[in-house]
Amino acid sequence: MKPGSFFKKAAAAPHIIWSVMFIVFPLLFVIYFAFTDNYGNFTFDNLTGLSVYTNTFILSIGFALIATVVCLLIGYPLAYFISRTDPTKQKILVLLIMLPMWINLLIRTYSLMSLLDNGGLINGLLQTFGLSKIKMVGTSGAVILGMIYDFLPYMVLPIYTTMSKLDKRYIEAAYDLGCNNRQVISKVVMPLTVPGVISGITMVFVPSISTFYISQKLGGGTFDLIGDTIERQFQNEITYNTGAAISLIMMVLILISLAVMNKFADSDEEGGIIV
Amino acid sequence: MNEKDVKEGNVIIKLQDITKSFDGEPVLQGINLEIHDNEFITLLGPSGCGKTTTLRIIGGFETPDSGSIYFDGREISDIPPYKRQVNTVFQRYALFPHLNVFENIAFGLRIKKVPDPQIREKVKQMLILVNLKGFEKRNISTLSGGQQQRVAIARALINEPRVLLLDEPLAALDLKLRKDMQNELKNIQQKTGITFIFVTHDQEEALSMSDTIVVMANGSIQQIGTPEKIYNEPTNAFVADFIGESNIVNGIMIRDYEVSFAKQTFVCEDFGFAPNEPVDVVVRPEDIDIVPVGESMLTGEVTSVTFKGDYYEIIVDIDNFKWMIETTDKVSVGQTIGISIDPNEIQVMKKSEFSGMFGDYSSFSDELDRLSDMTEGAKE
Repeated sequence: MKPGSFFKKAAAAPHIIWSVMFIVFPLLFVIYFAFTDNYGNFTFDNLTGLSVYTNTFILSIGFALIATVVCLLIGYPLAYFISRTDPTKQKILVLLIMLPMWINLLIRTYSLMSLLDNGGLINGLLQTFGLSKIKMVGTSGAVILGMIYDFLPYMVLPIYTTMSKLDKRYIEAAYDLGCNNRQVISKVVMPLTVPGVISGITMVFVPSISTFYISQKLGGGTFDLIGDTIERQFQNEITYNTGAAISLIMMVLILISLAVMNKFADSDEEGGIIV
Repeated sequence: MNEKDVKEGNVIIKLQDITKSFDGEPVLQGINLEIHDNEFITLLGPSGCGKTTTLRIIGGFETPDSGSIYFDGREISDIPPYKRQVNTVFQRYALFPHLNVFENIAFGLRIKKVPDPQIREKVKQMLILVNLKGFEKRNISTLSGGQQQRVAIARALINEPRVLLLDEPLAALDLKLRKDMQNELKNIQQKTGITFIFVTHDQEEALSMSDTIVVMANGSIQQIGTPEKIYNEPTNAFVADFIGESNIVNGIMIRDYEVSFAKQTFVCEDFGFAPNEPVDVVVRPEDIDIVPVGESMLTGEVTSVTFKGDYYEIIVDIDNFKWMIETTDKVSVGQTIGISIDPNEIQVMKKSEFSGMFGDYSSFSDELDRLSDMTEGAKE
């Protein structure tokens, strides 16, 4: 054994211990509970019984998809705009995007709720102007708005990072070869920022599909998303196994969608993206 | 004296009183330049002289603070790059990493919505022109520097520009490849008949490729002329020093065809100066003949001899001024030798802001010279 390899192993040890304790064991627990009944006997019943939650799954995926698409539509141009401004301005703008991330997600959701509530700020304003109130909290729009509001920075930042790393000469070359502004974006900037878009989509879609408090606070109890369902199952010891089964299914769904996305990104580039 | 000696023909690009500064730092101070159809013109100068900025202004990537650019007699100062009949080969190529060789070259035609079969035909021709037949499907990242260089040239030329701009295109290649590409570029230019505007800090590259050389320093043009003219009749100490090796000494132009330097009076071929005007005198190291002491114009002691393969490079101390001489005669350090300079080997230049800065080899070291060349390249 080379002398260096012992130290390398020793240095990796905390990471390995951490991974085993907090990633591998919990995963094994989830799998164990998903395939056992309350008495610890092996069973498929937890998984086969999940068909009652089909609508919950569809609703959750739908909400998360809409939120992700809207985040992309807002986030991409925003990231492009930021990356085009001068460096000092860029720093301030990036800080403004990151600032909300330093505030607890729950607090942000609550503050959004206080804006949208029936007795909230917006409806208060509407009334002052003699207009009728609009019911917002408890609608699907409010839940999706909550997701967009909470997760937009996670879309903007990775896209901004790939954009600011994009060599300006590619853009000049595109202009040189006859591209107008629109073509520069579609033919050069967009293809070269795909990696940022992929990680942006991932970072918005995954938390959106598994959130529970956004739908609870802004959905006013009208919507039951997967996150809510899982949370409810784990509040009661008897339904632990169902909760574990739903978690497992969701994990598999997310893994599949990530794999598909990465595959899509690769095949699109004929031999991979150079990041 | 020194009238502009440039290629005849249609003026395709004209720069008039172009100035440009970055953050209050002047980069170009009054550039006036005419570029002709089918000309291979090189902007030559050390880093920071404004040559790349001049090129970028022609390409449309920078707008001048004042002055105008004309293309075929039409002002184009406000026309964006994509509407100019000009294409660029960028420094380090800027090939699109998300496209293969074929699509990189086809890029300009795809933008113009040229039909597919035509694109295939033209890309094929381009690949033959730049010697990359069969490379269509290759990924950019798998190409060597020289191959990427060729793709960059093909990508620009396929658009049939009137003018091709080349921004230090050979700087990243190794010496051998650079020589090959120099020949190839010159061939391509002659075959296509397109005007090439080439930017480099490498004087040898400029001399061997160009029809016309534009020597730049400190944001202004020092001299415009053919390589021979620039080399044999530099207009000031900067040009004389930057192009090749030069001994530059203080002199007095006594009258037409008579100049005095190194305490001697010499017959020369220059005229048109005021009587007794102080001047800079340039004598190239290879133009100095070693003669027996009795028959010589000047005598001095050899302080260093360096074997250069086909010649010796010697430093001779004549009245405390160190002259560089390139000779095939064998001399040794400490020996006193006589030298002789023919009238047509003497170039008299007006005094300039560069006088006294160059041309004395008292602190000369080959190694330093080469090192400074290298840092020059790295900085660009």
